[in-house]
Amino acid sequence: MTATDTPLQYPRIEWQIGCVQAIMAETSRVKSIILRPAKWSGHWPGQHVDIRLTADDGYQAERSYSIASPPEEQLLTLTVERVEDGEVSSYLLDELRVGDALEFRGPIGRHFIWRQSLGGPICLVAGGTGITPLMAMLRHRKKSRAYTPASLIYSARSLAEIVYRDELDTMARDDIDLRLVYALTREYPGDWNGHRGRINEALLAENSFSREQNPTFFICGPAGFVEGISSMLVKFGFDSFAIKTERFGPSGA
Amino acid sequence: MDRPPVSRGFKSKRQASETARLPPGQYLTTDFPVLSAGPTPEIRVADWKIALQLGGSLLGKWTWDEFEALPQTTIAVDIHCVTKWTKLGTIWQGVGFDDLLRSVGLSEPPDAYVMAHCDGGYTTNLPAADLIAGKAMIATRYDGLPLAPAHGGPARLLVPHLYFWKSAKWLRRLRFMPKDEPGFWESRGYHNYGDPWREQRYDGD
Repeated sequence: MTATDTPLQYPRIEWQIGCVQAIMAETSRVKSIILRPAKWSGHWPGQHVDIRLTADDGYQAERSYSIASPPEEQLLTLTVERVEDGEVSSYLLDELRVGDALEFRGPIGRHFIWRQSLGGPICLVAGGTGITPLMAMLRHRKKSRAYTPASLIYSARSLAEIVYRDELDTMARDDIDLRLVYALTREYPGDWNGHRGRINEALLAENSFSREQNPTFFICGPAGFVEGISSMLVKFGFDSFAIKTERFGPSGA
Repeated sequence: MDRPPVSRGFKSKRQASETARLPPGQYLTTDFPVLSAGPTPEIRVADWKIALQLGGSLLGKWTWDEFEALPQTTIAVDIHCVTKWTKLGTIWQGVGFDDLLRSVGLSEPPDAYVMAHCDGGYTTNLPAADLIAGKAMIATRYDGLPLAPAHGGPARLLVPHLYFWKSAKWLRRLRFMPKDEPGFWESRGYHNYGDPWREQRYDGD
């Protein structure tokens, strides 16, 4: 029995060459890479691409990166954080230059996705650079003028480590349907009015809509972070099917 | 595109001793990352049951104690996650799929495909041929210890020759079916079969 290949419903997602249009420092450990794809038929906010690097001896390394830009934009933005001993992240952060060719393929994934036609409310919870796919959702929400009620609870070590902070602040200031909450876990300014420490049940309950409103949750961050937040939501009585998660990094277990 | 272009300034980290066990596009990790579509279910062993079905009819079902009384197998295998990490030499204990079939009086699969159903609604589809002849087990211990909930405990499917999403966590039911149907990730952009050595990650690979 060779039941290995059923009829294909979708064409292969081919490798292609993108041209690096710009590189922006976001924080001391994070940069955004702006890429012009050779061809792109659009994506859903929350999807990712695979990047493939090839050395002159044929050695290759592949990693996945979430797309931070909304489908309304022609250029793709990937936001990359430095990973200790990360051969791909260190290349992208230290070696890659504007004008370089970067091999990638995508868009990939149809689980951790949202677009305005799916409605809301949506509650987004980010740990560190877990903000990236959620930012694509928020940028799409803004560009498509979707007044879907939304909240973003964003946990970062310090104010300086919040990626896209200015853009998020501006977005929230102009939009009464978007609630933005930062939780700073390690360092905060003396006059910090926001949440100090990790996201706890009280902060989550206050900013996650009610069960009657039937929100969809998108949680992205390190494994332990996602585990903690999603267990709290299950405990609050939200339906597991409405809690979509994307975990990265080591389990720490 | 036949030959991928060289990435300017990218240095090779080829390690001859390990690459033979590393499928294309994978890298080695020594920790054990956790990836799931949703929250980790909390399952008490006292409430746990597992069932083997042929379509809608029951072939067998086991409580935790009954399942633990089935013949136990221990294997050391390399595992490959579609998110690109590979972990070498992981040690698992549980009930081999062949032994499970034998325990309900079957010497071979009664249908060509299997859908694995899990707590939390997750499903994954496999050809029955990929579960027999020592290729798969239902694992209840990892590295000698009870399987942690985040890693699929109390029991997960283990099919190490395919990408690891096929090794479904929180397994509760295996259902034989005559025709192939896509499971959870298989309907959401991931490959229907998932052979890491042919790099079958996504639709169409």
